[in-house]
Amino acid sequence: MIEIAVLFAISCVGLAMALNFWRLARGPTTADRILALDTLTINAIALIVLMQIQQGSAVYFEAALLLAMVGFVGTVAYCKFLLRGDIVE
Amino acid sequence: MMDAGPFEILISALLVLGGVFALVGSWGLARMPSLMTRLHGPTKVTTLGVGSLLVASMIFFPAIHGTYSAHELLITLFLFLTAPISANMIAKAHLHRQGRQIDPNPMDDIAEGLPKTGLGTGWATFQGLDTDKLNIPR
Repeated sequence: MIEIAVLFAISCVGLAMALNFWRLARGPTTADRILALDTLTINAIALIVLMQIQQGSAVYFEAALLLAMVGFVGTVAYCKFLLRGDIVE
Repeated sequence: MMDAGPFEILISALLVLGGVFALVGSWGLARMPSLMTRLHGPTKVTTLGVGSLLVASMIFFPAIHGTYSAHELLITLFLFLTAPISANMIAKAHLHRQGRQIDPNPMDDIAEGLPKTGLGTGWATFQGLDTDKLNIPR
């Protein structure tokens, strides 16, 4: 039962990432692309968690944690750049 | 192999719920007409979906392998703390770009700059800002 649920969730998240890529390519504004990238990072974390449940190993949680942190910092840096034209003033 | 006993239904339900929520959030991102509405999907629905998946993982590993780690809790906490902040930053960047008439989006109905506040003063977010000194990317 868990195997089927994991497969279902992986396909859902994969489809969600495809939709995010569509929005990333389409735009139309720069803020849309930043939002799409942020969502892609969150979905990548979901995919890592699902992969760990499927394999039964807990090796990649550090990767998910790092992705969460770096994704947030990246989003804030992009927004800062759009706001001020500069990141570290 | 995966015999979680009484937890099996709970874990499966959380996994399905998380997957559906992640999909619905990204569908909102793709389908909504303007950025301010598009922000709703990823920032609330997707965050909740990933939180549900992480809770499923938090139950799965102790129930099946007998191992426990605080990583899921850390990721959940971090995601739930940072999602509103990044949403706020994106909305503010969008607002400023619309106020300066870069990136106009007709669906937001403010293509010719932001509407008047009706108070005699401008928008508070633009006060104390010397726009000419900034090198804003177009």
